[in-house]
Amino acid sequence: MRMVTGYFRPTAGSISIGGVDMLEDPETAKRSIGYLPENAPLYSDMTVASFLGFCAEMRGLNGAARSRAIDRVLELCFLENVRNQSVDTLSKGYRHRTCFAQSIIHDPDVLILDEPTDGLDPNQKHEVRGLIKRMGQNKAIIFSTHILEEVEAACSRAIIIDRGRVVADGTPDELKKSVPGCGTLDEVFRAITRPDTVK
Amino acid sequence: MNKRDLDNTLAIFKREFLSYFNSPVLYVIVVIYLLASMGFTFFFGRFLDTDNASLTQPFFFWHPWIYIVLAPAVGMRLWSEEHRLGTFELLMTMPLSPWQAIIGKFVAAALVWLIGLTLTFPVVITVYWLGSPDLGPIITGYIASYLYALGCLAVTSAASAYTRSQVVCFIVSVALCILLTLIGYPGIVDTVVRTVPASLESIVRLISYLSFMDHFFEMSKGKFIFRDVLYFLSVIVTALIITHLGLRSKRA
Repeated sequence: MRMVTGYFRPTAGSISIGGVDMLEDPETAKRSIGYLPENAPLYSDMTVASFLGFCAEMRGLNGAARSRAIDRVLELCFLENVRNQSVDTLSKGYRHRTCFAQSIIHDPDVLILDEPTDGLDPNQKHEVRGLIKRMGQNKAIIFSTHILEEVEAACSRAIIIDRGRVVADGTPDELKKSVPGCGTLDEVFRAITRPDTVK
Repeated sequence: MNKRDLDNTLAIFKREFLSYFNSPVLYVIVVIYLLASMGFTFFFGRFLDTDNASLTQPFFFWHPWIYIVLAPAVGMRLWSEEHRLGTFELLMTMPLSPWQAIIGKFVAAALVWLIGLTLTFPVVITVYWLGSPDLGPIITGYIASYLYALGCLAVTSAASAYTRSQVVCFIVSVALCILLTLIGYPGIVDTVVRTVPASLESIVRLISYLSFMDHFFEMSKGKFIFRDVLYFLSVIVTALIITHLGLRSKRA
Protein backbone atom coordinates (compact mmCIF):
# COMPACT_ATOMS: atom_id res chain seq x y z
CA MET A 1 0.00 0.00 0.00
CA ARG A 2 2.84 2.33 0.84
CA MET A 3 4.29 1.65 -2.58
CA VAL A 4 1.00 2.25 -4.39
CA THR A 5 0.63 5.60 -2.63
CA GLY A 6 4.14 6.62 -3.61
CA TYR A 7 5.63 6.59 -0.12
CA PHE A 8 8.06 3.73 -0.69
CA ARG A 9 9.84 3.10 -3.97
CA PRO A 10 9.32 -0.41 -5.27
CA THR A 11 12.46 -2.47 -5.94
CA ALA A 12 10.82 -4.11 -8.93
CA GLY A 13 7.67 -3.79 -11.01
CA SER A 14 5.61 -0.77 -11.90
CA ILE A 15 2.72 1.19 -10.38
CA SER A 16 0.11 2.96 -12.41
CA ILE A 17 -2.82 4.94 -10.98
CA GLY A 18 -5.56 5.67 -13.48
CA GLY A 19 -3.02 5.32 -16.30
CA VAL A 20 -0.42 7.63 -14.70
CA ASP A 21 2.88 6.03 -13.77
CA MET A 22 3.65 6.64 -10.08
CA LEU A 23 7.40 6.45 -10.58
CA GLU A 24 7.58 8.77 -13.59
CA ASP A 25 5.05 11.39 -12.56
CA PRO A 26 4.38 10.96 -8.83
CA GLU A 27 2.74 14.35 -8.33
CA THR A 28 0.04 13.75 -10.95
CA ALA A 29 -0.50 10.16 -9.86
CA LYS A 30 -0.85 11.15 -6.19
CA ARG A 31 -3.53 13.67 -7.09
CA SER A 32 -6.10 10.96 -7.81
CA ILE A 33 -5.40 9.02 -4.60
CA GLY A 34 -6.82 9.50 -1.15
CA TYR A 35 -4.88 7.69 1.57
CA LEU A 36 -5.62 6.77 5.15
CA PRO A 37 -2.33 5.57 6.70
CA GLU A 38 -2.27 3.06 9.52
CA ASN A 39 -2.90 4.60 12.96
CA ALA A 40 -4.41 7.74 11.36
CA PRO A 41 -1.59 10.26 11.85
CA LEU A 42 -2.61 13.88 12.47
CA TYR A 43 -0.86 17.12 13.40
CA SER A 44 -1.68 17.22 17.09
CA ASP A 45 -1.46 20.99 17.46
CA MET A 46 -4.20 21.75 14.93
CA THR A 47 -7.98 21.81 15.14
CA VAL A 48 -10.02 19.43 13.01
CA ALA A 49 -11.10 22.19 10.63
CA SER A 50 -7.63 23.71 10.24
CA PHE A 51 -6.12 20.27 9.64
CA LEU A 52 -8.67 19.53 6.94
CA GLY A 53 -8.08 23.02 5.53
CA PHE A 54 -4.36 22.33 5.27
CA CYS A 55 -5.03 19.03 3.51
CA ALA A 56 -7.44 20.77 1.13
CA GLU A 57 -4.75 23.32 0.27
CA MET A 58 -2.26 20.54 -0.35
CA ARG A 59 -4.79 19.11 -2.78
CA GLY A 60 -5.01 22.41 -4.61
CA LEU A 61 -8.34 23.56 -3.15
CA ASN A 62 -8.41 27.23 -2.19
CA GLY A 63 -10.93 29.87 -1.18
CA ALA A 64 -14.59 28.88 -1.48
CA ALA A 65 -13.79 25.43 -2.87
CA ARG A 66 -11.69 24.82 0.24
CA SER A 67 -14.45 25.67 2.71
CA ARG A 68 -17.00 23.72 0.67
CA ALA A 69 -14.72 20.67 0.74
CA ILE A 70 -14.24 20.99 4.51
CA ASP A 71 -17.99 21.25 5.14
CA ARG A 72 -18.67 18.30 2.87
CA VAL A 73 -16.25 15.91 4.61
CA LEU A 74 -17.19 17.14 8.09
CA GLU A 75 -20.75 16.14 7.31
CA LEU A 76 -19.85 12.84 5.61
CA CYS A 77 -17.68 11.73 8.54
CA PHE A 78 -19.97 13.06 11.30
CA LEU A 79 -17.34 15.47 12.59
CA GLU A 80 -19.36 18.69 12.75
CA ASN A 81 -19.52 18.80 16.54
CA VAL A 82 -15.72 18.62 16.90
CA ARG A 83 -15.05 21.08 14.08
CA ASN A 84 -13.02 23.51 16.20
CA GLN A 85 -11.69 21.04 18.71
CA SER A 86 -7.96 20.40 18.95
CA VAL A 87 -6.93 17.12 17.37
CA ASP A 88 -4.98 16.32 20.54
CA THR A 89 -8.15 16.02 22.61
CA LEU A 90 -10.08 13.72 20.25
CA SER A 91 -10.91 10.09 20.99
CA LYS A 92 -9.47 7.40 18.77
CA GLY A 93 -12.69 7.08 16.77
CA TYR A 94 -12.81 10.79 16.05
CA ARG A 95 -9.11 10.89 15.15
CA HIS A 96 -9.67 8.05 12.77
CA ARG A 97 -12.61 9.72 11.12
CA THR A 98 -10.69 13.00 10.86
CA CYS A 99 -7.92 11.25 8.99
CA PHE A 100 -10.50 9.47 6.87
CA ALA A 101 -12.07 12.86 6.10
CA GLN A 102 -8.65 14.04 4.95
CA SER A 103 -8.42 11.17 2.49
CA ILE A 104 -11.69 12.04 0.74
CA ILE A 105 -11.39 15.84 0.87
CA HIS A 106 -10.54 16.12 -2.81
CA ASP A 107 -13.08 13.46 -3.86
CA PRO A 108 -10.42 11.11 -5.28
CA ASP A 109 -11.08 8.33 -7.76
CA VAL A 110 -8.92 5.90 -5.83
CA LEU A 111 -9.11 5.46 -2.08
CA ILE A 112 -6.49 3.48 -0.19
CA LEU A 113 -7.21 2.67 3.45
CA ASP A 114 -4.76 0.90 5.74
CA GLU A 115 -6.80 -0.92 8.41
CA PRO A 116 -9.59 1.65 8.46
CA THR A 117 -11.48 -0.06 11.29
CA ASP A 118 -8.54 -0.91 13.51
CA GLY A 119 -9.01 0.19 17.10
CA LEU A 120 -12.60 1.35 16.71
CA ASP A 121 -15.54 0.27 18.83
CA PRO A 122 -18.37 -1.68 17.14
CA ASN A 123 -20.47 1.43 16.50
CA GLN A 124 -17.57 3.27 14.94
CA LYS A 125 -16.67 0.23 12.87
CA HIS A 126 -20.20 0.12 11.60
CA GLU A 127 -20.05 3.80 10.64
CA VAL A 128 -16.75 3.46 8.82
CA ARG A 129 -17.96 0.37 6.95
CA GLY A 130 -21.06 2.27 5.92
CA LEU A 131 -18.88 5.10 4.65
CA ILE A 132 -16.71 2.72 2.66
CA LYS A 133 -19.75 1.09 1.10
CA ARG A 134 -21.26 4.40 0.09
CA MET A 135 -17.95 5.62 -1.33
CA GLY A 136 -17.42 2.33 -3.15
CA GLN A 137 -20.32 2.99 -5.48
CA ASN A 138 -18.30 5.39 -7.61
CA LYS A 139 -14.70 4.92 -6.48
CA ALA A 140 -12.04 2.25 -6.51
CA ILE A 141 -11.28 1.43 -2.88
CA ILE A 142 -8.48 -0.74 -1.62
CA PHE A 143 -8.35 -1.46 2.08
CA SER A 144 -6.44 -3.83 4.28
CA THR A 145 -7.99 -5.55 7.25
CA HIS A 146 -7.61 -8.47 9.60
CA ILE A 147 -11.34 -8.75 10.15
CA LEU A 148 -12.61 -11.10 7.50
CA GLU A 149 -16.35 -10.56 8.00
CA GLU A 150 -15.63 -7.08 6.73
CA VAL A 151 -14.30 -8.55 3.51
CA GLU A 152 -17.45 -10.56 2.96
CA ALA A 153 -19.63 -7.59 3.77
CA ALA A 154 -17.92 -4.96 1.65
CA CYS A 155 -15.57 -6.33 -0.99
CA SER A 156 -15.90 -7.37 -4.60
CA ARG A 157 -12.38 -8.74 -4.73
CA ALA A 158 -10.09 -10.02 -2.00
CA ILE A 159 -6.40 -10.81 -2.01
CA ILE A 160 -4.70 -12.71 0.78
CA ILE A 161 -1.02 -11.90 1.18
CA ASP A 162 1.24 -14.12 3.26
CA ARG A 163 4.75 -12.82 3.96
CA GLY A 164 4.74 -10.60 0.90
CA ARG A 165 3.34 -13.21 -1.49
CA VAL A 166 -0.14 -13.29 -2.95
CA VAL A 167 -1.64 -16.64 -1.92
CA ALA A 168 -5.23 -16.06 -3.00
CA ASP A 169 -6.99 -13.61 -5.31
CA GLY A 170 -10.67 -13.57 -6.23
CA THR A 171 -14.14 -12.63 -5.05
CA PRO A 172 -14.91 -13.64 -1.46
CA ASP A 173 -17.12 -16.44 -2.80
CA GLU A 174 -14.41 -17.75 -5.11
CA LEU A 175 -11.96 -17.77 -2.22
CA LYS A 176 -14.35 -19.83 -0.11
CA LYS A 177 -14.72 -22.37 -2.94
CA SER A 178 -10.99 -22.52 -3.65
CA VAL A 179 -10.24 -24.60 -0.57
CA PRO A 180 -12.53 -27.64 -0.25
CA GLY A 181 -14.35 -28.02 3.03
CA CYS A 182 -14.06 -24.38 4.11
CA GLY A 183 -17.27 -22.57 4.95
CA THR A 184 -15.89 -19.20 6.00
CA LEU A 185 -13.08 -16.91 4.91
CA ASP A 186 -11.46 -17.41 8.32
CA GLU A 187 -11.03 -21.11 7.58
CA VAL A 188 -9.72 -20.37 4.09
CA PHE A 189 -7.24 -17.94 5.57
CA ARG A 190 -6.00 -20.47 8.10
CA ALA A 191 -5.73 -23.17 5.47
CA ILE A 192 -3.57 -21.24 3.01
CA THR A 193 -1.35 -19.09 5.23
CA ARG A 194 1.26 -20.29 7.69
CA PRO A 195 1.06 -19.17 11.32
CA ASP A 196 4.06 -17.29 12.75
CA THR A 197 4.70 -20.07 15.24
CA VAL A 198 5.49 -22.69 12.55
CA LYS A 199 8.88 -22.66 10.89
CA MET B 1 8.57 26.99 -10.46
CA ASN B 2 4.92 27.33 -11.38
CA LYS B 3 1.96 28.52 -9.36
CA ARG B 4 1.13 25.05 -8.11
CA ASP B 5 4.63 24.61 -6.61
CA LEU B 6 4.34 27.97 -4.94
CA ASP B 7 0.89 27.15 -3.52
CA ASN B 8 2.16 23.90 -2.05
CA THR B 9 5.19 25.59 -0.52
CA LEU B 10 3.00 28.34 0.90
CA ALA B 11 0.55 25.85 2.41
CA ILE B 12 3.40 24.00 4.13
CA PHE B 13 4.91 27.28 5.26
CA LYS B 14 1.64 28.54 6.69
CA ARG B 15 0.95 25.38 8.65
CA GLU B 16 4.48 25.21 10.03
CA PHE B 17 4.65 28.88 10.91
CA LEU B 18 1.28 28.86 12.72
CA SER B 19 2.21 25.69 14.60
CA TYR B 20 5.10 27.61 16.21
CA PHE B 21 2.56 29.98 17.69
CA ASN B 22 0.41 27.11 18.96
CA SER B 23 3.21 25.75 21.12
CA PRO B 24 4.99 27.46 23.99
CA VAL B 25 8.37 26.66 22.43
CA LEU B 26 8.43 29.78 20.29
CA TYR B 27 7.64 32.17 23.14
CA VAL B 28 10.14 30.54 25.48
CA ILE B 29 12.89 30.66 22.88
CA VAL B 30 12.28 34.27 21.84
CA VAL B 31 12.22 35.44 25.46
CA ILE B 32 15.40 33.54 26.31
CA TYR B 33 17.03 34.81 23.16
CA LEU B 34 16.24 38.42 24.05
CA LEU B 35 17.35 37.98 27.65
CA ALA B 36 20.57 36.27 26.58
CA SER B 37 21.50 38.72 23.84
CA MET B 38 20.83 41.72 26.07
CA GLY B 39 22.43 40.12 29.09
CA PHE B 40 25.61 39.35 27.17
CA THR B 41 25.66 42.82 25.68
CA PHE B 42 25.31 44.74 28.92
CA PHE B 43 26.98 42.46 31.47
CA PHE B 44 29.67 40.55 29.61
CA GLY B 45 30.15 42.93 26.71
CA ARG B 46 30.20 45.88 29.12
CA PHE B 47 28.39 47.84 26.47
CA LEU B 48 27.97 50.95 28.63
CA ASP B 49 31.53 50.96 30.01
CA THR B 50 33.28 50.73 26.65
CA ASP B 51 32.10 54.22 25.77
CA ASN B 52 31.94 53.13 22.17
CA ALA B 53 28.94 53.58 19.90
CA SER B 54 29.48 50.32 18.08
CA LEU B 55 27.45 47.14 18.32
CA THR B 56 30.07 44.82 16.82
CA GLN B 57 31.94 43.82 19.97
CA PRO B 58 29.37 44.03 22.72
CA PHE B 59 26.32 42.86 20.79
CA PHE B 60 26.95 40.80 17.62
CA PHE B 61 30.02 39.11 19.09
CA TRP B 62 27.84 36.92 21.31
CA HIS B 63 25.25 35.95 18.76
CA PRO B 64 26.96 32.80 17.43
CA TRP B 65 27.09 31.35 20.95
CA ILE B 66 23.41 32.00 21.45
CA TYR B 67 22.48 30.55 18.07
CA ILE B 68 24.44 27.37 18.71
CA VAL B 69 21.90 26.45 21.37
CA LEU B 70 18.73 28.26 20.37
CA ALA B 71 18.62 27.70 16.60
CA PRO B 72 18.54 23.89 17.04
CA ALA B 73 15.79 24.40 19.62
CA VAL B 74 13.68 26.15 17.00
CA GLY B 75 14.54 23.74 14.20
CA MET B 76 14.53 20.39 15.99
CA ARG B 77 10.82 19.82 15.43
CA LEU B 78 10.94 20.47 11.67
CA TRP B 79 11.15 16.85 10.51
CA SER B 80 11.54 14.84 13.75
CA GLU B 81 8.00 15.73 14.68
CA GLU B 82 6.69 14.57 11.30
CA HIS B 83 8.48 11.26 11.72
CA ARG B 84 7.21 10.82 15.28
CA LEU B 85 3.57 11.64 14.55
CA GLY B 86 3.58 9.60 11.34
CA THR B 87 2.34 12.63 9.41
CA PHE B 88 5.46 12.31 7.27
CA GLU B 89 3.78 9.41 5.49
CA LEU B 90 0.68 11.51 4.96
CA LEU B 91 2.70 14.42 3.63
CA MET B 92 4.73 12.31 1.24
CA THR B 93 1.62 10.72 -0.26
CA MET B 94 0.17 14.11 -1.07
CA PRO B 95 0.84 15.61 -4.47
CA LEU B 96 3.86 17.70 -3.58
CA SER B 97 7.57 17.27 -4.10
CA PRO B 98 9.80 16.88 -1.04
CA TRP B 99 11.56 20.09 -2.00
CA GLN B 100 8.41 22.13 -1.61
CA ALA B 101 8.01 20.78 1.91
CA ILE B 102 11.68 21.28 2.81
CA ILE B 103 11.70 24.88 1.64
CA GLY B 104 8.30 25.71 3.11
CA LYS B 105 9.33 24.42 6.52
CA PHE B 106 12.75 26.05 6.44
CA VAL B 107 11.30 29.44 5.52
CA ALA B 108 8.81 29.13 8.40
CA ALA B 109 11.63 28.53 10.89
CA ALA B 110 13.63 31.33 9.27
CA LEU B 111 10.76 33.77 9.71
CA VAL B 112 10.51 32.81 13.37
CA TRP B 113 14.13 33.86 13.79
CA LEU B 114 13.52 37.08 11.93
CA ILE B 115 10.88 37.90 14.54
CA GLY B 116 13.33 37.20 17.36
CA LEU B 117 16.08 39.22 15.75
CA THR B 118 13.77 42.14 14.99
CA LEU B 119 12.76 42.29 18.64
CA THR B 120 16.33 43.22 19.59
CA PHE B 121 15.66 46.67 18.09
CA PRO B 122 15.82 48.47 21.48
CA VAL B 123 19.59 47.98 21.48
CA VAL B 124 19.80 49.92 18.22
CA ILE B 125 17.66 52.68 19.67
CA THR B 126 19.90 52.72 22.75
CA VAL B 127 23.05 53.12 20.76
CA TYR B 128 21.52 55.94 18.71
CA TRP B 129 20.28 57.61 21.88
CA LEU B 130 23.66 57.52 23.56
CA GLY B 131 25.94 58.22 20.62
CA SER B 132 26.15 58.54 16.89
CA PRO B 133 26.95 55.10 15.53
CA ASP B 134 27.85 54.16 12.02
CA LEU B 135 24.78 52.66 10.37
CA GLY B 136 26.75 50.40 7.97
CA PRO B 137 28.19 47.97 10.53
CA ILE B 138 24.82 47.71 12.26
CA ILE B 139 23.14 46.65 9.02
CA THR B 140 25.86 44.19 7.99
CA GLY B 141 25.97 42.94 11.59
CA TYR B 142 22.29 42.16 11.52
CA ILE B 143 22.57 40.48 8.13
CA ALA B 144 25.54 38.43 9.31
CA SER B 145 23.75 37.51 12.51
CA TYR B 146 20.64 36.42 10.61
CA LEU B 147 22.67 34.38 8.12
CA TYR B 148 24.43 32.71 11.03
CA ALA B 149 21.08 31.75 12.53
CA LEU B 150 19.88 30.43 9.17
CA GLY B 151 23.06 28.37 8.80
CA CYS B 152 22.44 26.76 12.20
CA LEU B 153 18.77 26.22 11.32
CA ALA B 154 19.66 24.52 8.03
CA VAL B 155 22.08 22.20 9.87
CA THR B 156 19.28 21.39 12.34
CA SER B 157 16.88 20.73 9.49
CA ALA B 158 19.35 18.22 8.06
CA ALA B 159 19.78 16.49 11.43
CA SER B 160 16.02 16.34 12.06
CA ALA B 161 15.45 14.57 8.74
CA TYR B 162 17.32 11.55 10.07
CA THR B 163 15.72 11.03 13.47
CA ARG B 164 12.30 10.88 15.04
CA SER B 165 13.63 12.01 18.39
CA GLN B 166 13.78 15.74 18.96
CA VAL B 167 16.34 15.28 21.73
CA VAL B 168 18.74 13.40 19.46
CA CYS B 169 18.25 16.00 16.76
CA PHE B 170 18.89 18.84 19.22
CA ILE B 171 22.10 17.36 20.59
CA VAL B 172 23.48 16.41 17.19
CA SER B 173 22.67 19.85 15.79
CA VAL B 174 24.25 21.68 18.72
CA ALA B 175 27.38 19.56 18.33
CA LEU B 176 27.56 20.30 14.60
CA CYS B 177 27.00 24.01 15.14
CA ILE B 178 29.72 24.12 17.82
CA LEU B 179 32.07 22.33 15.46
CA LEU B 180 31.31 24.68 12.59
CA THR B 181 31.85 27.63 14.92
CA LEU B 182 34.98 26.53 16.74
CA ILE B 183 37.03 25.44 13.72
CA GLY B 184 37.15 29.09 12.74
CA TYR B 185 37.45 30.67 16.18
CA PRO B 186 40.47 33.01 15.99
CA GLY B 187 42.03 31.97 19.33
CA ILE B 188 41.82 28.27 18.49
CA VAL B 189 42.98 28.66 14.90
CA ASP B 190 46.02 30.71 15.99
CA THR B 191 46.98 28.11 18.58
CA VAL B 192 46.71 25.30 16.06
CA VAL B 193 48.68 27.23 13.46
CA ARG B 194 51.49 27.76 15.98
CA THR B 195 51.71 24.06 16.90
CA VAL B 196 51.52 22.46 13.45
CA PRO B 197 54.42 22.56 10.95
CA ALA B 198 54.39 25.56 8.66
CA SER B 199 53.63 23.37 5.65
CA LEU B 200 50.25 22.49 7.13
CA GLU B 201 49.25 26.04 7.85
CA SER B 202 47.38 26.48 4.58
CA ILE B 203 45.26 23.41 5.37
CA VAL B 204 44.40 24.75 8.81
CA ARG B 205 43.47 28.07 7.23
CA LEU B 206 41.35 26.29 4.65
CA ILE B 207 39.45 24.39 7.35
CA SER B 208 38.92 27.54 9.35
CA TYR B 209 37.70 29.22 6.19
CA LEU B 210 34.91 26.63 6.07
CA SER B 211 33.62 27.66 9.48
CA PHE B 212 30.75 30.01 10.20
CA MET B 213 32.91 32.17 12.43
CA ASP B 214 35.41 33.30 9.86
CA HIS B 215 32.69 34.72 7.65
CA PHE B 216 30.62 36.09 10.47
CA PHE B 217 33.40 38.21 11.97
CA GLU B 218 34.27 39.85 8.70
CA MET B 219 30.69 40.87 8.13
CA SER B 220 29.94 41.95 11.67
CA LYS B 221 32.85 44.38 11.47
CA GLY B 222 30.99 46.19 8.75
CA LYS B 223 32.37 44.66 5.60
CA PHE B 224 29.56 43.49 3.44
CA ILE B 225 31.36 40.94 1.40
CA PHE B 226 29.52 39.12 -1.29
CA ARG B 227 31.56 35.96 -0.88
CA ASP B 228 30.62 35.71 2.81
CA VAL B 229 26.93 35.96 1.96
CA LEU B 230 27.48 33.39 -0.75
CA TYR B 231 29.24 31.18 1.79
CA PHE B 232 26.25 31.17 4.13
CA LEU B 233 23.84 30.60 1.26
CA SER B 234 25.88 27.63 0.07
CA VAL B 235 25.90 26.17 3.60
CA ILE B 236 22.12 26.49 3.70
CA VAL B 237 21.68 24.90 0.27
CA THR B 238 24.05 22.04 1.16
CA ALA B 239 22.26 21.38 4.44
CA LEU B 240 18.88 21.36 2.69
CA ILE B 241 20.20 18.91 0.10
CA ILE B 242 21.32 16.68 2.99
CA THR B 243 17.80 17.06 4.43
CA HIS B 244 16.42 15.86 1.11
CA LEU B 245 18.72 12.83 1.13
CA GLY B 246 17.67 12.07 4.71
CA LEU B 247 13.99 12.18 3.84
CA ARG B 248 14.57 9.97 0.84
CA SER B 249 16.44 7.41 2.93
CA LYS B 250 13.44 7.24 5.29
CA ARG B 251 11.24 6.21 2.37
CA ALA B 252 13.54 3.58 0.90
